[in-house]
Amino acid sequence: MKNRTIEVDYLARVEGEGRLLVKVRKDKVTEVQFNIIEPPRFFEAFLQGRKYTEAPDITARICGICPIAYQMSSSQAMEQACGVRVEGALRQLRRLIYCGEWIESHALHIYLLHAPDFLGYEDALLMARDHPAAVEKALKLKKIGNELMILLGGREIHPINTRVGGFYKTPTKQELEAMIPSLQWALDFSLETVKFTAGLSFPDFERDYELVSLRHPDEYPITEGRIVSNKGIDVDVSDFLNVFEEEHVPHSTSLHARVKERGDYLTGPLARYNNNYHQLPEIARQAAEEVKLGEKCLNPFKGIIVRAVETVFACHEALRIIESYQEPSHAYIEVPPREGVGHGCTEAPRGILYHRYQIDSNGLIKNARIIPPTSQNQKAIEVDLRAFVEKNLHLTQEKLTWQCEQVIRNYDPCISCSCHFLNLTVMHEDA
Amino acid sequence: MVVSHKKPKLAVWKFASCDGCQLSLLDCEDALLAVAENITIANFPEASRAVIRGPYDLSLVEGSITTSHDAERIHAIRRSSKFLITIGACATAGGIQALRNFKDVKDFVTTVYAHPEYISTLGKSTPIADHISVDFELRGCPINKNQLVEVITAFLNGRRPSVPAYSVCLECKRQGTVCVMVSHGQNCMGPVTQAGCGAICPAFARGCFACFGPKETPNTASLASWFEQMGASKDDIVRAFRSFNATAESFRKQSELYEK
Repeated sequence: MKNRTIEVDYLARVEGEGRLLVKVRKDKVTEVQFNIIEPPRFFEAFLQGRKYTEAPDITARICGICPIAYQMSSSQAMEQACGVRVEGALRQLRRLIYCGEWIESHALHIYLLHAPDFLGYEDALLMARDHPAAVEKALKLKKIGNELMILLGGREIHPINTRVGGFYKTPTKQELEAMIPSLQWALDFSLETVKFTAGLSFPDFERDYELVSLRHPDEYPITEGRIVSNKGIDVDVSDFLNVFEEEHVPHSTSLHARVKERGDYLTGPLARYNNNYHQLPEIARQAAEEVKLGEKCLNPFKGIIVRAVETVFACHEALRIIESYQEPSHAYIEVPPREGVGHGCTEAPRGILYHRYQIDSNGLIKNARIIPPTSQNQKAIEVDLRAFVEKNLHLTQEKLTWQCEQVIRNYDPCISCSCHFLNLTVMHEDA
Repeated sequence: MVVSHKKPKLAVWKFASCDGCQLSLLDCEDALLAVAENITIANFPEASRAVIRGPYDLSLVEGSITTSHDAERIHAIRRSSKFLITIGACATAGGIQALRNFKDVKDFVTTVYAHPEYISTLGKSTPIADHISVDFELRGCPINKNQLVEVITAFLNGRRPSVPAYSVCLECKRQGTVCVMVSHGQNCMGPVTQAGCGAICPAFARGCFACFGPKETPNTASLASWFEQMGASKDDIVRAFRSFNATAESFRKQSELYEK
């Protein structure tokens, strides 16, 4: 019988400031806290009174890692509020820039943030001493994702070219085609990455997760779909708040989300993959099959393989969009403001990102609600930690601490995002 | 073999921010491994678990001060840093979260939170230079990664960085981008905004929205009256000056003049 405390004051290789605390008394876990210690930034409060057209540029600043997710969820919410749908080539271009974000973010997470854990390095730069080719190629892959973002968005962090209704300027077919050789290289290297990640060794750990993702009848979900889970959720995006709820817990500046009357759930690559395996293109399914990943995967540590499979998909999808691209006649469609409520939900690299806005007839925002993936995953992370620690009390303190960090990094948490959403506007909602 | 402790030690620190500016360092894909050869990354939690104790030759600070704990922490960082450079609009101007400075934060914290007692926050979001002396401020939301490499190189070699303080207009002219304000009647913050982004917005057919904050000696009053003549409302003008650098002095004053 042992008492132990596992404590990490400042989690590394995650985006933002987080802290971990697990207390064990007599071989039982008595307390688990995955603390978000970032100061709140009050986005939902100061969005009030801003113009509906400003939401994409302002909310992008919530996260430097996944700005496109914010721009897409907010744009779609505003379009829905105004009764407009963006279709055709403009929709394809949105999917394409989002592929760039997936490639860039997944490459960053797989090689620079997560792989060092499996191989026992403190960071990717130390890993590069022993595996220089892998890290150099990883940086090249990440750069190709960024190049796609720069081509369509103007820059890789906080792109400037997306807007409510579409884009400010659309690329020519020729400009897009110039990306083909690098994307083909990226596709090949992603296939290698699937093999590389599958060759890592994984703790024996599974949980009966509720896996929540988007699902679309015709495609692997990125920019739209219904919200579904493996435990029966199947609702329109506008029902998000009817299915999920958030609670404000003392140790965190982020709200914890859960399925109403049920509990924690997981969103992100693992959920997308399990819920949408059959929508993956053959090349991605084959890559998964070759490494015996299976159609279902409930080991969160294997999320690194799933990210690699999704990178194969994103490269393949980008090539497909470029090949079928026909230049649109207009860079955007007009979205005149009208009084209403709009919802937007898209698949950020680390899971579903939900936005809801109420705007007035002049297009001024009356209230805003934003629920990022990491605050949705926070509860699942804590449940994982509890289960993992109880199963692994035989490990040394150092090893157990490191693996607990890894349990958190499995989720590619974006703490900068998650902490900014204390729900400031709930009391003002008319509904 | 090079003895590692002789290499300059670099530390990266985060305050209230989106992580984008420190991500710029990892976005230097081509230069990253070369940079890592020449310096010791002594504290950079976003990239590494390893932490080497100070003092540090160069500290990069991202984010603004929004809590009393952070207001203390920044002094300790200053004490352990030979040079300290702030990176990005949050660190140099309080960032988008400084929009709270124009409202009464206390009011909505106490009336709206489920549990306001769990929250510790200051009424204002302030730039790092309001709290400590800063050796150089690198602007941008986000910063330009080439400027970041220039600044790091300059400090490690004991020279001043070459970062221009002129306006976005000069970048447009140099690139041959047609003026979106003159030709297309679009509001553009370029004339009062510091260069550095590469004037990307006008190149993508939209007006500049001032990510890099005020240029040196900006004529904000003149630009605001041009916006008015082109049909912008007073509220539009307030919003144009109130974004990522809202509390930078010239922008703040201009927005306050147009506020009812």
